Amino acid sequence: MRSVVPVLTVVGAIFVIWYAAAVWLNAPWARDVAARADRTLSVTELVADTWAQDKPKLPAPHQVAVELWDTVVGQNVTSKRSLVYHAWVTLSATLLGFAMGTALGFVLALGIVYNRVMDMSVMPWVIASQTIPILAIAPMIIVVLNAVGLSGLLPKAIISMYLSFFPIVVGMVKGLRSPDVMMLDQMRTWNATRVQEFLKLRLPSSMPYLFTSMKIAMAASLVGAIVGELPTGAVAGLGARLLAGSYYGQTIQIWSALIMAAVLAATAVALIGLAQRVVLKRMGMA
Amino acid sequence: MIWLLLGIAVWGGGWALNIWLSGRPVSTATSLAVPVVFGLTLVVIWECLVRGLEISPILLPPPTAIGARVAVSGDILWEDFVQTVIKGALSGYVIGCLAAFGVALLADRFVFLRRGLLPVGNFVAALPIIGLAPIMVMWFGFDWQSKAAIVVVMVFFPMLVNTVQGLLAAETMQRDLMRTYGAGYWTTLVKLRLPAAMPFIFNGLKIATTLALIGAIVAEFFGSPIRGMGFRISTSVGQLALDLVWAEILVAAVAGSAFYGAVALIERAVTFWHPSQRGRAR
Repeated sequence: MRSVVPVLTVVGAIFVIWYAAAVWLNAPWARDVAARADRTLSVTELVADTWAQDKPKLPAPHQVAVELWDTVVGQNVTSKRSLVYHAWVTLSATLLGFAMGTALGFVLALGIVYNRVMDMSVMPWVIASQTIPILAIAPMIIVVLNAVGLSGLLPKAIISMYLSFFPIVVGMVKGLRSPDVMMLDQMRTWNATRVQEFLKLRLPSSMPYLFTSMKIAMAASLVGAIVGELPTGAVAGLGARLLAGSYYGQTIQIWSALIMAAVLAATAVALIGLAQRVVLKRMGMA
Repeated sequence: MIWLLLGIAVWGGGWALNIWLSGRPVSTATSLAVPVVFGLTLVVIWECLVRGLEISPILLPPPTAIGARVAVSGDILWEDFVQTVIKGALSGYVIGCLAAFGVALLADRFVFLRRGLLPVGNFVAALPIIGLAPIMVMWFGFDWQSKAAIVVVMVFFPMLVNTVQGLLAAETMQRDLMRTYGAGYWTTLVKLRLPAAMPFIFNGLKIATTLALIGAIVAEFFGSPIRGMGFRISTSVGQLALDLVWAEILVAAVAGSAFYGAVALIERAVTFWHPSQRGRAR
């Protein structure tokens, strides 16, 4: 708890910098407008104007908050103007991709731990696949899958899956290998089968690793879903809001979509953290 | 049909070869050969499947067509590489990592700042920062400056968190020893704490390499001059020139791996003393 004051100070400093930057970045436009109307602005007028422009270079926090309130609470949830609707579009792709990525990562990790050939041939490629900027393939995956007849949720989920399987593979390989030789020998003296060894020793001891990797995978999955929405022509979703906002200079819309994405990421990661605490506590590990 | 049979034969052959290889005693040669055989088998199967099933090259071009495209459009690929990787990603990477390093030193000096910045930094590192790309394009224009800016923001927080953690890595015993030597803050920093922090710093640097390339490429989807890898990928997908897209991806993959590999090599030279490096000295 002793870090509450410092954190609040830093967050407060961020807001102060944000407001100051809004004045600094929006001032040229405000002066320009005033000059054309043959007026000179006093300092208070200038500041008030920079914090209330329609299409500012950097919207002030309260403008974003108002926009968020309008689009989250002020609209019907099913309306295309509602940010909740767009957030749900993105979130559904994120969750589907996350589930698929976790399943794929789990299966790969099983293969890598129990099969030496797979360990030696697949593991280096799994690692190499992450040094590749995978998101670059996103537009192509979308277009190609579209041509095969798949559109909507699944292509985005596949990109999310591609981004999220890696942390799971690495974490689970580490986790499934975490029991030491002594414990494995003990299982053998009890005449445990491989299935029993997996279910009663390896799987339980991999749980802390699984949850840590799931947090990283969830964050990556959301990024994948947002980027996956860009090439589809900005139909729906937070990525579409970003793209449409950047086309029409609607900075307030961009920022509110960003904050929404941040809230989604933070909530999802926090939920996994909660599940982690509950599960590990019941298992007597935390 | 003949292509499909060939594909199945190569699959079986590669598999058998890998089983034989992995059954042999572990050495540098086998641990290198197995993944290479696996990769080559995949590429050959890809080629055979595309030819055997007569998949349209618009959907999935065969590897040979991609190779031919790389040979033909070398100058386009090079131009895009310079625009995106050298100008966008690399400059942003350097600025972002240096800035994060500086802030980490400050945060280390002042405990108050560290307590405040570290949770915030951890939080921000989990956010989809890539979403800032359209804003950066708006602020810094279409050219490489906006790409460098988004890369700076993306690499900053992972680097900051890792460096701050690394600076805490030196043990109390070691610090006490430095104090008995009469070493001041700066001497302790340079001779003890920075070297002890190097494994963490390089961890951050390695994470940042991938982020830098992703940031530079995705930022180009939001607007760019008529060159750059992200621009070429998004426009070529629109023209259904999938072989050029795959060629760009190949370049991106090679650039990404080389970037990561270079940092890993420097790491091995700098942190030769660390247990994770000592094992594979020879």
